[in-house]
Amino acid sequence: MWIRLERRPEASHLMSYASPAIAIVLMLIGGLLLFAFLGKNPIEGFKVFFIYPLSDLYGVSELLLKATPLMLVAVGLAVGFRANVWNIGAEGQLIVGGIAASAVALYFQESEGAHVLILMVIAGCIGGMLWAAIPAFLKTRFNTNEILVSLMLVYVAQFLVSWLVHGPMMDPDGFNFPQSAMFEDSALLPLLTEDTRLNLAFVLALGALIVGYVFMFRSFAGFQMQVAGYAKNAARYAGFSARRMIWIGMLSGGAMAGLAGMAEVSGPMGQITEHVSNNYGFAAIIVAFVARLNPVGIFFASLLMALLYLGGEQAQQYMNLPSSISNVFQGMLLLFLLGSDVFINYRLRWKKEVAV
Amino acid sequence: MTLTKIINKLALVALLGAMTGTGMAADNVGFVYVSPIGDAGWTYQHDLGRLQLEKETGVTTSFVENVAEGPDAERVIREMAKRGDKVIFATSFGFMNYALKVSKTFRKTAFVHATGYKMGKNMGLVNARFYEGRYLTGVIAGEMTQSNVLGYVAAFPIPEVMQGINAFIQGARSVNPKAELRVIWVNSWFDPGKERQAALTLLSQEADVITHHTDSTAVVQAAEDQGKYAFGYHSDMAKYGPTAHLTATTHLWGDYYVKTVKEVQAGTWKPASLWGGYKEGMVALAPLNKAIPAGLQGRIRDMEKQMTAGTLHPFAGPVIDQAGKTIVPAGQNMTDDQLNSMNYYLQGVVSKVPN
Repeated sequence: MWIRLERRPEASHLMSYASPAIAIVLMLIGGLLLFAFLGKNPIEGFKVFFIYPLSDLYGVSELLLKATPLMLVAVGLAVGFRANVWNIGAEGQLIVGGIAASAVALYFQESEGAHVLILMVIAGCIGGMLWAAIPAFLKTRFNTNEILVSLMLVYVAQFLVSWLVHGPMMDPDGFNFPQSAMFEDSALLPLLTEDTRLNLAFVLALGALIVGYVFMFRSFAGFQMQVAGYAKNAARYAGFSARRMIWIGMLSGGAMAGLAGMAEVSGPMGQITEHVSNNYGFAAIIVAFVARLNPVGIFFASLLMALLYLGGEQAQQYMNLPSSISNVFQGMLLLFLLGSDVFINYRLRWKKEVAV
Repeated sequence: MTLTKIINKLALVALLGAMTGTGMAADNVGFVYVSPIGDAGWTYQHDLGRLQLEKETGVTTSFVENVAEGPDAERVIREMAKRGDKVIFATSFGFMNYALKVSKTFRKTAFVHATGYKMGKNMGLVNARFYEGRYLTGVIAGEMTQSNVLGYVAAFPIPEVMQGINAFIQGARSVNPKAELRVIWVNSWFDPGKERQAALTLLSQEADVITHHTDSTAVVQAAEDQGKYAFGYHSDMAKYGPTAHLTATTHLWGDYYVKTVKEVQAGTWKPASLWGGYKEGMVALAPLNKAIPAGLQGRIRDMEKQMTAGTLHPFAGPVIDQAGKTIVPAGQNMTDDQLNSMNYYLQGVVSKVPN
C-alpha cells in the first residue's frame, strides 16, 4: 500500500473552506495534547483558555476590543493580498497612523467638539497610507520587492515613535518618562457601553468589513484585483493596470492599519507611547489567511485570534503556564492551516503496490 | 455509579470548592511582569522578591509575565483585582496609567507600582536608588582601569539612566580624576545583539571596564570574551563572565514586598511613594570578584556602611556638569527633584547627550 499526494485536476472549492475549520480543530487537539504534556488537566486547560475569558459581559467586551485592530488591519491587507500585493508592514503603518492621530490630539488639546476625533480618524488613515505609499512607489517605479521594503519600514516606524515619545511628543509634566500627555476627552473614542473599554472603533471595524466585502465582491476594481491574483497574465491581457492594483492594495492596507493605530491611541491607551502596536500588524496577516481573505471570515478569525491572546493571559494566571503559550497556539493554527491548504490542490490516493 | 452517588459526589466537590473559595484560602498577591522572568535582569529580581514573599508570609502568589506596556496590561491587572488579590504589584513604568485606572474601580485592593509618578487613594509607588550602587561600582572602576577609559551601554536617556551614568563617573573620579566615560545608547531595553555590538565598540575604543543599563547579560559576556572587566546590572551576572564580572548593582525587592503585604494584612497600609536605597535594603552589590584587591574591597564595604547610614551621597557637592557649570555647590547634596529631572552628563563623561 502506498499513500500518494496527487494533484487535483482543479482546486477543491470545498477544501478551501474546510481547511481553516480543520486547522482550528487540529489546533484544539494539539492544545489538549500540549496541556497534557505540560502536566495540566487538558479539560481544565481548555476551559481556562477558551471559556473563562468569555464568562461575563466584560470578558466579551474585552474580546471585541482586542479583535478590533485585527479586523481593521486584516481587511485592509486582504484587499492587497487578493491581488498578490504583499504588504507585510502593516505593523509600521499602524504605528505611523497612531503617531499622526496623536499629533492631532495633542495639537487640539484645548479644543472641544467632534472635529478632533474626525480629524484624528483622517490623520490616522493618511499616516498609514503615507507609510504604505513608500513601498508602493518603490515597487511601481523601481520594481523593488514590497515585502522587504514594507517589512523594513516597520523598524523605521518603531524608531520614529520611540524618538517622538522621548522628544517632541513627550509629556512636559511626565518626569521625562517616554510617553505623551494623556489625551483630552474630546480626543477619546466614545465607549459603546459604560464600564467596559469597548469603543466606537469596533463599529468602524464592522463598517470596514462591510466596505471591504462590497469592494472585493461587488466592484469592478475588486474583480480586477481578484483576476490579477489568480492569473497575472490574464489580467494584463485584459488591460488591467498592475500599477493601479499595487497602489490600491498597498494604500487600503495602510489606511486600515493607520485607522487601527488611531483606534489604539484614542481608545484603550488614551495617549501615545512606544508600545502603540502589540504585533497587531503581524497577527493580522495570520487572521487574513485563516479567513481566506474574506471579510466574513476575517470577523470570526479576528475573534479567534483575540481569544488566543486572552486565553493565554488566563492560562498564565490560573495554570502557571508560560507566556509563550499564546504564541504556541497561534503557531499551531498557522502551521495546521498551511498543512491543510496542501489538500486544496492535492488529494491523498491509496495505491496498491504494482510491479513496475 | 448510581445517580444519587453521582449527585453526592458533585455536592462534595461543590462543598470543597466553596470552602477553598472563602475565608479558608490564603491571601493571594498578583505580580505583573513586563518581560519573561528568564534567569537574570529586571523581572528576574522582582520574581526573587515574589518567591521571598511566598516563603516569609505564606501568601499565595501568581504572576503574568511578558505583559505589553499597553492596553493588555489593564485587562491583566483587572483580572487580578476581580478575583480578589489582596495586593497587586505592577512592576514596570508602562503599567502606571492602567494600574491607576483599575485601582479606582477596586478600592479594597492595594496597588503598588514600580517606577512612576502617579499615586492614587489605594495605589502606592516604589522605586530604588540604583545610583547608590552605581557610585560604588564607579569607585571600583576608577581604581581598576589601566586605560582610564570606562564604557557604558545605555538604553534611553531618561533620568533613572542618567543618574546611573553620572553616579558611575562621580564614583570613578572620586578616586581617579583622569577617568573618562564613554556612553553608547542602544535605544532598547533588551537587545542582546545591539548591546554586544555597543560593548565591543567601547572595548575597541580603549575602555577596559564597562557596564550597562539594559536588560540582558550581553555586555558582561562581551567583556569576558575580550578579557576586560564589567559590572552587571539588576542581577548578579557573575556566571556569565566569571573573570570579567567585578560585581553588580543588584535590586532587592523582597523585603519591601514582605513589608507591604504584612501591612495590608494588618490593615495599616497607606499608599506612599518610597524611593529606597541602601538604607532600606533595596540596593546591594553582588559578591566582589577576587580580582578586586583586598584593600579596595574593604574600602567598598566601608562605603556601603556609610551609604546605609546616609553619610555618603553619590551626588554630594561639588557636582559639576560637562560644560563646567556647578550643579550642586560644595557642602550640599543633590535633591530628589534634581535627581528626577537629570538630563545632562557630569564632568568626566566624554560623550554627548542624544537629542
